[in-house]
Amino acid sequence: MSPIKRNNPTRLPAISTASLPDIVFILLFFFMTVTTIKNQNLLVENQLPMASEVDKLDKTDRIIEIFVGPVSPNSYEVDNAPVKIQIEDRLVAINEVGYYSLKALGAIPEHLKKSAMVSIKADNKVKMGIITDLKKELQKVNLLKINYTTVEGNVFKNMELK
Amino acid sequence: MPRRKGAPEVNAGSMADIAFLLLIFFLVTTTIETDAGLDRMLPPAEPPEDVDVVIKQKNIFTVNINRNGQLLVEEEILDIKNLRKEAIAFLDNGGDGSCNYCKGRKDASSSDNPEKAIISLKNDRETKYSTYITVQNELVGAYNDLRNREAQRLYGRDFTEMEAKYLNPETPSAERDDLKPKVKRIQELFPQKLSEAETSVN
Repeated sequence: MSPIKRNNPTRLPAISTASLPDIVFILLFFFMTVTTIKNQNLLVENQLPMASEVDKLDKTDRIIEIFVGPVSPNSYEVDNAPVKIQIEDRLVAINEVGYYSLKALGAIPEHLKKSAMVSIKADNKVKMGIITDLKKELQKVNLLKINYTTVEGNVFKNMELK
Repeated sequence: MPRRKGAPEVNAGSMADIAFLLLIFFLVTTTIETDAGLDRMLPPAEPPEDVDVVIKQKNIFTVNINRNGQLLVEEEILDIKNLRKEAIAFLDNGGDGSCNYCKGRKDASSSDNPEKAIISLKNDRETKYSTYITVQNELVGAYNDLRNREAQRLYGRDFTEMEAKYLNPETPSAERDDLKPKVKRIQELFPQKLSEAETSVN
């Protein structure tokens, strides 16, 4: 017989798990406060470029988001234009940008309209041509405050991306 | 027999599991806020009436980006890593001697003073967006570096930090009123004049 008994009832006290729910709840509240619910279905690919000299964006209630990027494979779009513009939940053509961004502006409360800003969330791979056209359309509808939304990081990594 | 205990205890053993489920649900459906970027102001669609402003060529710092992402700065090819240094040298030049805080070379063939210095950015339609953002970032960075230098000299703190605090709506209004003239003053020392002309077609 071995000197150590295996089924010794006074071996180790069990670790109390009574505080486990509290710990998990704290984690849960942490994530609830620092994250936001995705309210849009992305229809285009959206890998933002990096930049280091960034300004924080205002609160989301005064932001008009415009996504630009190649059509993602999980959207059912049978158009072969490679790069698309998405405003709210739909893909729009370049000449419709003015209309839909004004529509988005209309949804912003009256007292915030003055500080409304357009956040251009364009994919890394996009060419400048479409961005230039987009800026021209925004100029036409007098939405002049724009923000090239980026991820904070080292800018020179942008150059290495294909 | 009278009952000594109150209501029987509810078993809380599964509480952790419920909380974990909730946690995982929130992890999956939410994203961490990453909204930061480069703020720009577009020029109005109709240019103002008095367009007869003559700008001397030496006060314009031209940056051209071609379709392969190469830079032509002041008619010379430049590596993008040196762009910030060149832009700072141009803005900080102070050629006419009216700028007493400039520490540049005082080269008569470069910009007169920061007030007059304009950076002109041109890009091709085929330029990659990521390259364009890198260039924009470096040019904004050049202004920020110079403004930080002046803010350190005058107030002993960074301009970028002061500006972020000033723009943050959560900062108490007394502090914001205090920061406002300082931020404005630094901005006037190095006004951001970044012009984007028409995109070249080929």
